[in-house]
Amino acid sequence: MIDCVENRLLTSRRGLLLGGASFAAWAYLPKFARAADGRDPRLIVVILRGALDGLSTVAPVGDPDYAGLHGSIALTADGAHPAILLDSFFALHPAMPEFARMYRDMHAAVIHAVATPYRDRSHFDGQDVLESGYAGPGRVQSGWLNRALEALPRGERVSSGLAVGPTTPLVLRGNAPTVGWAPVALPQADDDTAMRLVDLYRHRDPALASALSQGLQLEKVASGDDMKPKPGNQVAQMRQVARGAAKLMAADDGPRIAALAFDGWDTHANEGGPVGRLAFLLGGLDGALAEFESGLGDRWRNTVVVVATEFGRTARINGTDGTDHGTGTIALLAGGAVKGGRVISDWPGLKLANLYEGRDLKPTTDLRSVIKGVLQGQFGLSDRALAETVFPDSASARPMKGLVV
Amino acid sequence: MARDSQAALVALNRFGFGARGGTSGDLINAASDPRGFVKAELARPNGVLLEAPGLQSTPQLGQAVFAYQDQIKQAREAAAKAGTPTETPPPQAEQKPGLRRNLSLNTVATEIAGQMAEAKPFDKKPSDNKPSDNKPADNMAKPDAMQPNAATPAAAKPAPQPLNVIQKTFRAEALARLQRATLVECGFTERLVVFWSNHFCISASKGELARIWAGAFEREAIRPHVLGRFADMLRAVEQHPAMLFFLDNQQSLGPDSRAGQNRKRGLNENLAREIMELHTLGVGGGYTQEDVTSLARIITGWTFAGRQGQLGAPGSFVFNVNAHQPGPQMLLGKSYEPTGLAQGEAALADIARHPSTANFIATKFVRHFVADDPPPALVARLRDVFVKTDGDLKALATALVDSDEAWKAPLTKMRSPYDFVVASGRLLARVPEDPGFYLNNLNLLGQPLWSPAGPNGFADTSAAWAAPEGMKLRLDIAAQMGARLGPNIDPLDLLEFAAADAASIETRKTIERAESRQQALALLLMSPEMQRR
Repeated sequence: MIDCVENRLLTSRRGLLLGGASFAAWAYLPKFARAADGRDPRLIVVILRGALDGLSTVAPVGDPDYAGLHGSIALTADGAHPAILLDSFFALHPAMPEFARMYRDMHAAVIHAVATPYRDRSHFDGQDVLESGYAGPGRVQSGWLNRALEALPRGERVSSGLAVGPTTPLVLRGNAPTVGWAPVALPQADDDTAMRLVDLYRHRDPALASALSQGLQLEKVASGDDMKPKPGNQVAQMRQVARGAAKLMAADDGPRIAALAFDGWDTHANEGGPVGRLAFLLGGLDGALAEFESGLGDRWRNTVVVVATEFGRTARINGTDGTDHGTGTIALLAGGAVKGGRVISDWPGLKLANLYEGRDLKPTTDLRSVIKGVLQGQFGLSDRALAETVFPDSASARPMKGLVV
Repeated sequence: MARDSQAALVALNRFGFGARGGTSGDLINAASDPRGFVKAELARPNGVLLEAPGLQSTPQLGQAVFAYQDQIKQAREAAAKAGTPTETPPPQAEQKPGLRRNLSLNTVATEIAGQMAEAKPFDKKPSDNKPSDNKPADNMAKPDAMQPNAATPAAAKPAPQPLNVIQKTFRAEALARLQRATLVECGFTERLVVFWSNHFCISASKGELARIWAGAFEREAIRPHVLGRFADMLRAVEQHPAMLFFLDNQQSLGPDSRAGQNRKRGLNENLAREIMELHTLGVGGGYTQEDVTSLARIITGWTFAGRQGQLGAPGSFVFNVNAHQPGPQMLLGKSYEPTGLAQGEAALADIARHPSTANFIATKFVRHFVADDPPPALVARLRDVFVKTDGDLKALATALVDSDEAWKAPLTKMRSPYDFVVASGRLLARVPEDPGFYLNNLNLLGQPLWSPAGPNGFADTSAAWAAPEGMKLRLDIAAQMGARLGPNIDPLDLLEFAAADAASIETRKTIERAESRQQALALLLMSPEMQRR
C-alpha cells in the first residue's frame, strides 16, 4: 500500500489545485435585479492560468498569414485531425467537440482578438489584471466578480455545508463572503476540539477564527457524497471539479455565481497542434463545460459560463515548437443563456504590420466589455456600477450588447 | 529571571523555526539575548552547507537518471520482443524534457506514486520507544487509516513497486533537509535557505531530472551563497542544470547559431524572462520585451550535457558554443560583446547589481520576515545595504536582525505549511527518520516540497496560508499529531518550551482545560503562538 498515500492525497484536495482546478462561490443567494422576470440566472467564471493560445483554440484558418505564423502547430480544416469550422473564417480546435455542439445549438460563442487592458507579459501581473478588474497590476485586494456581487442585493446565506477551498481565486476575493469546495481526504479533528480552537481564536486571533469557522462549517455536507476525486489525468480532474461545482450550483439553495481556475496553459515548448499538450488541456476544458451542462440540468438554460485567460501567446511559434507570452487571445461563452453560434471579432489580421509589437495578435476588443455585457445581461447591473466599482475607470469599455438571451 | 519572552518569540518564530522541546533551553537562551541568539548562526557560514552520507552531486544524479531510463527502455524492448507486457514500467519513465513548464496533476501524481512510505507522524526518538506510541487514540484514525479512502481505481493497482532511484533520492534529500531544520539551534540560516530556494525555485514536477535534482540544486546553488554574494548565487542558479531544465533553456537555440541553423529551431524566452521578472529586477524593474529576447539570445548555449556526454560529463553544466547566438547584444542599454559564456556572465553580474534588483530583493526579504506590507523605511535601509555591499547577503541578513522594525512589528505573519510542520516537529523533539509524514502533509496543505505550481514559487503572504480550508486541514493534521503523540507529553511543559510567559492567558487556559492530552496537544499546535510568526 506504500504507493497510495501521497498519490491519493495529491489527487484529492490540493492536488486539484495543482492539477489546475479550484472552485469558489458566493456565500449568499443573491436577490437578482432580474427576479421580476422569473429567471434565476447563474454565472460561472473559468480562469485559464498560464495564457491560452487563442490562435490555436479558435484558429483563423481563413487568414492567409495564419498557417505560416503558427507553423508546425497550426490547425487546418482538413487532414487527419481537422479543425471544426465555426464559420467561413474561424475553426475550432478538434479537441472541443462539446463546445462545437453547443455552438451549433446557438448556446456558445467566441470572442476573438480580445485582451484585458494589460499590455505587458508577466503571468502574475496579467492574472492580477484579469481577476482584479483594475486597469493595471498591483491592486490585488479584491476581484471584479466579488465587487459585482457586492452590487447585487444580498439574499439568504447558503446553508448547505461545503468546504471552503484552500485558495479562492482573486476574481472572487473581496468583501462579499464566499464559499468553496474541495474534496476531503484526512481523518478529521472532532467537533469539540474544533470548537475549542475557534473559541480561542475568537479571543486572540479573529482572522483565524473567521477562516477556521468557515472551513469547519462547510466541510460537512460535501463529505459522504461521491464528489471525492478519482485518480486520473488532468482532464479527468478538470471534469471532476466541474461536476462537483455543477452539483452544488444545481441545488435550490446552491450558489448562483462561481469561479474556477484551471492551470497549465503556458505552452512555451512542444505545444502541439490538433493533438498534443494543448489539445489535451482543451479536451479537459471541453469536458468541464459538458459537465456543467449536464450537472446543472434545467438550470443550464439560465447559465452563462465565461472562459478567460490573462493574455494570449505569440502569433509566430518560437524556436521550440511552442509560443511565448503574447497579447490578444480569445474568450469563450457557453450556456443556455448565451446568444451563441457566433464568433464575435473585429479581426485585426495577422500581417506583420497588424501584429501588436510585431509579434502578437492585436487586441481589438476589451475583455471587460465582454464581461460587462454578460454581467449586465445576466444580472442587470448598471453601466455605472460596472464602470465605477466592478471595473474601475473603465467607462471607455462599454458593455457589449446582446451576449445574453 | 530577567528575560524577555516576547522578544524570544520573535527570535525563534520570526527568524527561526520555533523553539525545540526537550532540554534545548531555546526559549530561555533566546530570551536572555534575542539578537545574539539569532545572529550566532550567521557567524558559521559553513553551517549552511548540507552534506549527508549518500547525497550525490548533480552530474552523478543526472547519470543515475539516464542509466535508469536506459534500463527501463531495455526492459521494455526485451518485453516487446518476448511479447509480454513489462513488469515494471515506472510511471514517470520516458518523460521528455521540456514537455511542460507548469505542473500537471497527472504527472505530479504519477511521478510520486509509489514513492511514499506509510505515513507516520514524525519518527520516534530512539530513547522514547514507548509502546503506547504506536497506538492511535480511540477517536482518531491513524494516518494509515487514510488508505481505505484510497479504495479508488488507484488503489486497485498491484503491490507497490520498490522505490526507483529518483524517488529514493528525493526522499533522501528531503530527509536531510528536514533533519537539519529540526536539529539546528535557532534555524535562521535554514529559514534563509528556504527563502532563497523559494525565490530561485525550480519545481520537481517538471520531470524526472528536476525531481532527482531538486535537493542537489539547493545544496549546490543556494546554500553556498546564502551568506555570500547575491551575484554568485544568481550565477550558480542560472547555470545549474536543474534551473536550465526547469525553464527550458537547454532547448533554446540561437537562431543564427550552427545548431539553430541546422535544426531550424530557435529561442525560448522562458528562462530569460523569469531571470528578470522573478529572480532580479522584478516586474516594472525597467526592462522591455527586447531586453527579454536579448537576454534569451545571450544565454543560448547554457545547457547541460546529455546522456551521450558529447559536450561534457553527462548531467553537468556546459556552454555549448554551437547553440550560442553569435554577435554582440544590447541589454538594458548596454552592449555585450560576443565573448561566449562570459557574455552571459557579464550580463548577469550587471543585472545583479541593478538598482531594481536591490529594491526587489529588499522588499521581498522584508515581506518574508517582517510583514505582508513591508515597512518602507526598513526596505529602504536593506536596499541601501544591498547596494553598498554589492549584494552581500550576510550583511543583508544582519541588517534585518539589527533593525528595530523586525523586533517591534507584531507577529502577524502566518507560518507556511513547511514552517508549521517543522516547528511542530521541533517542539515535539522528534527527529524525522522518514520524510513521508512531512511530505504528505505538505502536499495536503498546498506546499509540496520543492514543487511550486509556477516559477514564482510559493506564496509569501498570510492570506495565502490562512484560508478556511487550509486552516481546517491544519487542524486535522494537528489532531492526528495529538492523537499519536499526546499521550506521552505534558502539554503545559510544551507550552513553556514554545512560549512561556509570552503565551496568552486564553491559550494557556484553553490548553489547561482540554479534555485530554491529545486534545491539548492539538490545540497547542494550532494556537496563535504556534501559527503566527
